[in-house]
Amino acid sequence: MSDFENDYRHAKPGQGGPGVKDYLDLDTKDETFLDANELVLNMGPQHPSTHGVLRVILKLDGEKVLGTECVIGYLHRGVEKIAENRTYAMFNPYVDRMDYVAAVSNGLGYCEAVEKLLNTEAPPRAQYIRVILTELCRIASHQVWLGTHALDIGALTPLFYCFRDREEILKIFEKYCGARLTTHAFRIGGCIYETYDGFEQDCLKFCDAFLPKLDEYEELLTTNRIWVRRTKGVGILKPEDCIALGVTGPVLRAAGVKWDLRKAQPYECYNNFDFEIPTGLNGDTYDRYLVRIEEMRQAVRIIRQAVDGLPQGPIMAKIPKVLKPPVGEVYTSIEAPKGELGYFIVSDGSLQPYRVRVRPPSFVNLQALDKMVRGLLVADVVAVIGTLDIVLGEVDR
Amino acid sequence: MAVPDETKDPNPVLPESNAPEGAPKTPPAGEPSSKPTAEQATAQTQAPETKPAATVAPKPDAAAAKPPVPAAAAKPAAPAAKPPAKPEGPKPEPWDSELVRKLKAQYGSGIKEASTYVGQKYLVVDSSMVYEILLHMRDDELYDYLVDVTAVHYPKREAQFDIVYILYSFHNNERVRLKTQIKDGDALRSAFSIWPTANWLEREVFDMFGISFGEHPDLKRILLPEGWKGHPLRKDYPILQQDTEWVKSNLGIESGQ
Repeated sequence: MSDFENDYRHAKPGQGGPGVKDYLDLDTKDETFLDANELVLNMGPQHPSTHGVLRVILKLDGEKVLGTECVIGYLHRGVEKIAENRTYAMFNPYVDRMDYVAAVSNGLGYCEAVEKLLNTEAPPRAQYIRVILTELCRIASHQVWLGTHALDIGALTPLFYCFRDREEILKIFEKYCGARLTTHAFRIGGCIYETYDGFEQDCLKFCDAFLPKLDEYEELLTTNRIWVRRTKGVGILKPEDCIALGVTGPVLRAAGVKWDLRKAQPYECYNNFDFEIPTGLNGDTYDRYLVRIEEMRQAVRIIRQAVDGLPQGPIMAKIPKVLKPPVGEVYTSIEAPKGELGYFIVSDGSLQPYRVRVRPPSFVNLQALDKMVRGLLVADVVAVIGTLDIVLGEVDR
Repeated sequence: MAVPDETKDPNPVLPESNAPEGAPKTPPAGEPSSKPTAEQATAQTQAPETKPAATVAPKPDAAAAKPPVPAAAAKPAAPAAKPPAKPEGPKPEPWDSELVRKLKAQYGSGIKEASTYVGQKYLVVDSSMVYEILLHMRDDELYDYLVDVTAVHYPKREAQFDIVYILYSFHNNERVRLKTQIKDGDALRSAFSIWPTANWLEREVFDMFGISFGEHPDLKRILLPEGWKGHPLRKDYPILQQDTEWVKSNLGIESGQ
């Protein structure tokens, strides 16, 4: 990045125009002129860059953030209470409404948990179908993240590129199960739908077409000066902070911790696939961007392998029509696009779960916001909210 | 929509004697045995208005034909689904390992149970020692990641709440659940000083169950608004009453629920 050092914006005051760096160095300068009253600024809940209905109360000293407080719950629907009043199968569609940009992952996590409770497993073919759809969903989720995150920072084009390409994934979902967003693609014990004619070709066609498009995204952003200035060194989270704060997913990996549940505690048939876990070095917004871009490449790799190895056979395990799991409690978790998505289910042997607890990655990751933005500028808060990749439907449940 | 709520909400307030005595169909449940009795009780009180035909009809067919309707299926399914579902589910097995032995040596009777269930390990510990054991688990056993804190409500038990801590160790790639039981109104010491992530997780437990955590930096509601009455994930939380009241005070009409 040596060209940045020669950039006129980094010239000393008086030698050139005022650069970004001048503003960033405010805290090291004489602060007497900033010694104004502490300002409390309300951001959200109806703010375009809060990705939903997140309200952040910012304590500011001029432009500098001294502290934040998140106010959440605007989208609370009592999902866990609803679960207690539904049968196991009836609750399945509700989970799609939590992380609605990655509905397939939510369904997978829930089905996994109930299957564990029933002490059963989906048949191999169903597992492969699940993996293909979940990885497609991971790409779709990351595309929404990239588009909106770039938009927040001021790059308009990636939004259109990402949503254009995401359409292809949604078309596959629609052809497979009839729904584009809240898919309800999986059932407890396997999948309900057999793949349609041409499913494999559609997936491979998407993979072939998507990789060049991913390069296009990167061309727009990876070496883009504005993008790099806005993201490099912004919102740094060290690995020990990540672990203490329970942060998972790409945010944890960008900090350099090579941990992915698909490798650490493989579920479904992830054992059978060859893929890498990308990690970052600095744990800043730029690294998280690189990690997610690379994750999309790895997802394509997994999809290709899964389509190639898609076995024949039944798609539904032999489970009773009326689900009455034995008394007991289980916790299972999967690597959702945003981090560890866990389900803790307590069964009392009746038709309805006694308690369903969802461990939402967005909720826990959002807690790191305060740590990440202290000392930054207001504009960086927007970048950090974007990079955390939260979905308020999942934060509030 | 309203049917499942109504069938379950009166559950904890119903006296035990309401349930038909000596009903043979009660499955041999463990501690959370509240539901079967409630179903039987509601079968008595609500059966005529909900599904008069289904309850008196021959049971096996009714259960097989109507699985998605919970109120209808719940009553006949108890005897009908027995034969296929009976092949006894897995039982918790005692869990013996170096970790358990070490904990037992250090905390003695503070460790009440160490078991595995379908391969998942859990410890039941005394509520007075939770904080020390959590600290020990992080510092000495390298369970450095607090995945989740949550609670389960058993209204018929004396110690009404199970508090569940889910721990994970990056070093050993292992998960352990730590459970403790506390009475309504009792407080636990917050795990915030061990893991900052406990901040919001415990706030949610407080919000949903009304369990307070001592030495928590900012214990207040998180998902529900400040002035909310009650704690929704308690089993005795009256959803319908809350709904009717809200509609009445905010819209000035009778709720259609």
